[in-house]
Amino acid sequence: MLKMTNIKKVFRTEVVETHALRDFSLHVKEGDFVAVTGPSGSGKTTFLNVAGLLETFDEGDYLLDGQSVKGMSDNQLARMRNEKIGFIFQSFNLLPDLNLFDNVDVPLRYRGFNAKERKERIVQALETVGLGSRMKHLPAQLSGGQQQRVAIARALAGEPRFLLADEPTGNLDSAMAQSVLELLEDINKAGTTIIMVTHDPILAKRAGRNVFVRDGQVTEVTKAAELDELVQKTAQVGG
Amino acid sequence: MIAYYFKLSLLSLRRNLLLTGLMIAAIGLGIGAAMTTITVNYLMSANPIPHKSEQLFYVQLDSWDPNQPYTEPNEPPDQVTWTEATNLTAAKQAKRQSAMATSNLVIEPERAEQKPFIASVRLAYSDFFPMFDVPFLYGSGWHDSADQDLRRVVVLSKKMNDELFGGEDSVGRNLVMAGTTFQVVGVLDSWELKPKFFDVTTGAFNEMEDVYIPFLLKQAMELPSSGNNNCWKPFEEGGFSAYLGSECINYQMWVELDSDAEKADYLSFLHSYVEEQKRLGRFPREQNNRLSDVMEWMENQEVVADDARMMMYMALMFLVVCLLNTVALLLAKFIGRTPEIALRRAVGASKRTLFLQHIIESAMLGVAGGILGLAIAWLGLQGVSGLYGEDTRGLAELDLTMAALAVVLAIVSTVLAGIYPTWRTCSVAPAGQLKTQ
Repeated sequence: MLKMTNIKKVFRTEVVETHALRDFSLHVKEGDFVAVTGPSGSGKTTFLNVAGLLETFDEGDYLLDGQSVKGMSDNQLARMRNEKIGFIFQSFNLLPDLNLFDNVDVPLRYRGFNAKERKERIVQALETVGLGSRMKHLPAQLSGGQQQRVAIARALAGEPRFLLADEPTGNLDSAMAQSVLELLEDINKAGTTIIMVTHDPILAKRAGRNVFVRDGQVTEVTKAAELDELVQKTAQVGG
Repeated sequence: MIAYYFKLSLLSLRRNLLLTGLMIAAIGLGIGAAMTTITVNYLMSANPIPHKSEQLFYVQLDSWDPNQPYTEPNEPPDQVTWTEATNLTAAKQAKRQSAMATSNLVIEPERAEQKPFIASVRLAYSDFFPMFDVPFLYGSGWHDSADQDLRRVVVLSKKMNDELFGGEDSVGRNLVMAGTTFQVVGVLDSWELKPKFFDVTTGAFNEMEDVYIPFLLKQAMELPSSGNNNCWKPFEEGGFSAYLGSECINYQMWVELDSDAEKADYLSFLHSYVEEQKRLGRFPREQNNRLSDVMEWMENQEVVADDARMMMYMALMFLVVCLLNTVALLLAKFIGRTPEIALRRAVGASKRTLFLQHIIESAMLGVAGGILGLAIAWLGLQGVSGLYGEDTRGLAELDLTMAALAVVLAIVSTVLAGIYPTWRTCSVAPAGQLKTQ
């Protein structure tokens, strides 16, 4: 479903080249809940950006839903992001001038749904995240956890095949983080594939599958103990 | 989707009212200044008789000094002598023709309570009225027999008829002018030509004359001349007749010709006429005959004043400066919105879609700036009227065309000003913005 093979991504400036991803290969199947962990600067976010078609890559191949994304135009990539991918960001990225209804409406507008269908989807998505009664509120009137729920509703409204979450609980306290994680687990159980980038091993352990990224490469982890060991080792090297 | 873009643009414009206000003010000032001067130039250069401007021709013959042209490099005089004015009209070689002159005569009103006053007079042939499609309120122009019979007939302007006869139908009534009784044969309806193309020698935007009388009465009544009177050769003693027979130019000559063939024939006639005059010892210069249609004549006489044109260029430069300010303000506004744009890109908006959204926002600013610009242009034109008074009557007015042009100019200018900021904003890599917000 999502298949990256030997992806290479290099950031270049006039004086330095940074290899963010090198021979990065990962295969995510439908219905997976994959947690991607790794130290800072390991390439986690670059991977997520490439996976979400927000960044291009230099070498390798990337099949999304069986379709190679290499050489796609800006329009094609936008259409693919809109139809197949939902994003959840650490800082929520809600539009402050728009109420919850209109925030969730944003991706649906670009999808070309009619008003009736958009309304049905928005109401359902907001009810799914428990905010059906606050559609006319502005984001600033909500707590951080509620704002992240709105962001999840926005990601869900278009019924994407993938949810890409970048540190979705990074800005939340533990109780709110717990509730958001439970929501993501429910969404995954309902059939949506989730790839979540996190630096928190406790959160990562809740996912069905763990991958560890270091120096732009993937190490697949099968047991929780292995993940602890890798995190510890990385911390020691870093310290 | 377009309605959605309008909604987003409105939200965006309301987000920072001060910035929005500054941008609208910059556009409004630029458009206002530009439209003030464009309007004056537009009205100055407008075709005053569009339906037949290509059939009416101003006649020029080079009867000037053999040692120097009338105007460098080799322009013929801009008026004709009495001899040519009367000969060419009498020859009747065109469909219609009329020589013209101006004078100032004293009118003695019928009503005792009204004091005598000086009126501006245009002397012309009977063809003048149909040739220039002169509108009549009462009566008509005089018959062509009145030209030759030297009948004392007069056509009054509407204003003069209002003044002398209280606006009543005065056809058939008498009017004493220059000590002679004239019979009123017609009263004009409102007739304001801007520019007054048939005689631009004393100013293309001067007021229309008060009364019109047969041309040949100038000789019969020895009426004084007015307007530009230029002579290259001193004339012999002999009073008024000698003056009329001199090489002094003081008369305008127009003909109406319906086709290129008629024009060619008339030029040929002029050539023959000048040859004949040469044989009589006149026209010492080489043949240099001209027939200019209305717009050619306006161009030749530089009806649009150079300083008005210069003012317009300066105002357009000012508009460019205002637009550059708008570019900077739009850039600041749009760059501040990159996180939103990044988010929209992430959830499926293409660059093209976002470009359109921001261009619509620029266009909305343009509409607001255009409306403000219209108000400023109106004030500017009031200022022009206040400064230059009666001379600018009819020139300092915004018509529908100019109002529409102001709004279109504002929209197009603002959209152009918005292209670079929009392009810069839409080119931002979304990934970096989403992470750093």
